Amino acid sequence: MKKKERESNSFAKINRIKPATNAVFTSVMSVVAVATVIPVVLVFIISITSSESLTRRGFSFFPLSVNTVAYDNLFKSGSQLVDSYLVTIEVTLLHTFVSVMIMTMYAYVLAQQRFPARKFYTFVVFFTMLFSGGLVPSYIINVNVLHLYDTFWILVLSSMVSAFNIIVLRTFITTTIPIDLFDAAQIDGATEFTIFLDIVLPLSKAGLATIGLFVLVGKWNEWFTGMLYIDNPKLIPLQTMLTRIQQKIDFIKNNSSIASTPDGIAMLKSMPSEQTRMAILVLSTVPILFAYPFFQRYFIQGMTIGSVKG
Amino acid sequence: MEAVKKTKGSFLQRWALSFRKHWRLHVLALPVLIYLIIFNYAPMFGVVLAFEKYSVVKGFFGSEWVGMKNFEFLFATTDAWRITRNTVLYNIAFIIVTTILSVLLALVLNEMYMKRLSKTIQTMMIMPYFLSMSVVAIIVYAFIGPNGVVNSIIRASGQRALTNWYIYKPLWPFLLVFVHSWKGVGYTAIVYVASISGISQEYYEAAVLDGATKLQQARYITLPHLKHIIVIMLILNMGGMFKGDMGLSYNVTQNSGALYEVTDVIDTYVYRALKTLGNTGMSTAAGLYQSVVGFVMILISNKIVRRVDEESALF
Repeated sequence: MKKKERESNSFAKINRIKPATNAVFTSVMSVVAVATVIPVVLVFIISITSSESLTRRGFSFFPLSVNTVAYDNLFKSGSQLVDSYLVTIEVTLLHTFVSVMIMTMYAYVLAQQRFPARKFYTFVVFFTMLFSGGLVPSYIINVNVLHLYDTFWILVLSSMVSAFNIIVLRTFITTTIPIDLFDAAQIDGATEFTIFLDIVLPLSKAGLATIGLFVLVGKWNEWFTGMLYIDNPKLIPLQTMLTRIQQKIDFIKNNSSIASTPDGIAMLKSMPSEQTRMAILVLSTVPILFAYPFFQRYFIQGMTIGSVKG
Repeated sequence: MEAVKKTKGSFLQRWALSFRKHWRLHVLALPVLIYLIIFNYAPMFGVVLAFEKYSVVKGFFGSEWVGMKNFEFLFATTDAWRITRNTVLYNIAFIIVTTILSVLLALVLNEMYMKRLSKTIQTMMIMPYFLSMSVVAIIVYAFIGPNGVVNSIIRASGQRALTNWYIYKPLWPFLLVFVHSWKGVGYTAIVYVASISGISQEYYEAAVLDGATKLQQARYITLPHLKHIIVIMLILNMGGMFKGDMGLSYNVTQNSGALYEVTDVIDTYVYRALKTLGNTGMSTAAGLYQSVVGFVMILISNKIVRRVDEESALF
C-alpha cells in the first residue's frame, strides 16, 4: 500500500505542470479565494464602523474609527433579535431531527431490493422532483385548510422532505450496507424495525451527518417561509427579520412622499442603523461560518455521494 | 427472502399480502408518505384554482369555475413574456457560466503543487454557498447601496452625480449572474474536484507514456470522465429552467419595482400576485404554467440524453 502510494506520488511528480504555470495558478487561485471571502469581511467592518466614519466615508474597508456600539445596542435592547434567535434555533433543531429521521426511514424502505412495494414508494417520492402544484395551492392549503398561518409549525414543517435527499440516503444505504447483512439479521429473527435501529442507523452515521448538515444549514438560512406565513414578531426567523428590515427601509426611502413627511422621518429614525443591520447579519451568520470548516469533510463527502446516480 | 418469488394475484391481493408480510416497512414509510400527500400531492390537485375564481368561503371545489380565463388574463399582458424570458435567460446564463467556471477551477485546483493551500482555497471558495440569500442581499447592498463601496469610490474620484443602482437596469443581468456564480461556483467546483480525484491514475500514466501533454490529458481523459456528472447536472438544471431564484430576484434586488423589466421571474411574479394583489387564480395559473413547462422540459432533456448517452439518463 505504502509502496504503491509512493509510486503514484513519484508519478505525480513527473506528470506535474511547469513551475511557472504552477506559480500563475497558485497566485490566481489565491486572489480568487480572497476575493470570494472579502465581501463578508466588509460587512463585518461596517458593523464596527463608527457613525462619524460612516457619514464621512460611507462603507469602506478602512473606516476612520471603529466601535462596538451596534453590538452593544443589539444586546441591550435586542428583544426582537433574541426572539428571532430562539425561534430559529428551535425550528432548525426540531426540523433537522425529524426530517433526517423520517427521510432515513423512507430511504431504508427504498433500499429493500426485495420489497415488492418499493417501486411504488420510489415513484411517489421521485415524482415530486418532476412536478409540483406550485406556490399558491400550497399556500392556500396551508393557510385555509391546515390553518398553519403565523404558527411555529409552518416553520418546522416547510420543506421537510426532499426527494433528492431521500435518494442520496438510499444510495448511501445500498452502497455501504451489504444486502446479505439484512438477510442474515432476518434469519436471526430480527424484525425490520430492529434492523433499522441496530444496523442501518449506526452504519449510516456518515450519511446521516451529511444530510443532517445540509438540512440544518438550509433551515437556518431559510427566509422565504417566514416572509410568506409569519406576522407575529415572536415567530420571525432571523433571516426573515433581516429581509424585512432591509425592505421596509428601502420602501420608505424610495417613496419620497412618505420619506419626507414627519412620520416617514420618525419611521426611518426608529429603524436599525446600517451598522446595526450589518451586526445582525454577522450574528445570524456566525454560527454557520464557525461550524462549516469542521463539517467541510462531511459536506464534500455528501456532495460526492450526491453525485452518484439515484 | 420468500418475497423473491414474484407474487401473483390481483392488485388488491398483492397489496394485502405485502401489508401482512412487510407491515413494518410500510409503517417506516408512512411519515414521509403522509407528508408528501399533504404537502406535495394535495397542492397538485389544488391547481384547479387556476381555473376558478377562488373564494375562501366556497373553498377549493365550490368556487366559481372560469375555465381558461386566468390563463387568458395572464397571457394577454406582456408580463407572461417578460417573466418567461427573464427566467429562462437567467437560467441559461447561470448554467453556462457555472459549468465553465467550475470545471476550469477544478482543473486548476487539481494541478496545484501545494495540496494544503489548494484545500484552504477550496474552503474559502465554498464559504458563500453557506450564506442565506437574505445575507447576500445585504452584502450586495454594502457594495452598491447609497453608502456603498462603489459610490464611495465614485465620490472619492470627485464625481458628484451618484447613480441609484437599484433603479439602474443595465447593471442587473450581469450583477445577478455574478452574484449567482460567486455563491455557487466554489461548491460546484469542489464536486468536480472530488470526481477528478476519483479518476484512475493509470489513464494518466498511459497517456504520459504516449507523450500526452497536460492539456491533452485534460482534453482526452479528465473532461470525458466528468461528462457523466456534467450531463446529470445539466438535466437537473433543465428541469429547473422555468424555476426562478426567489432569493436572487426578490431579495438581492430589494424587490425594486424599477427593475422588474430585467429582474422579474416567474416566482417573484407569482409571489407578488399572491401577496400584494391577492389574485389567487392568476398566480396559480402562472405557477401551473411554470410546473407544466418544467415537467415537459425535464422529460424532453432526459429523452435526448437517453438517446445520446444511455448511461447518463436520469430515468
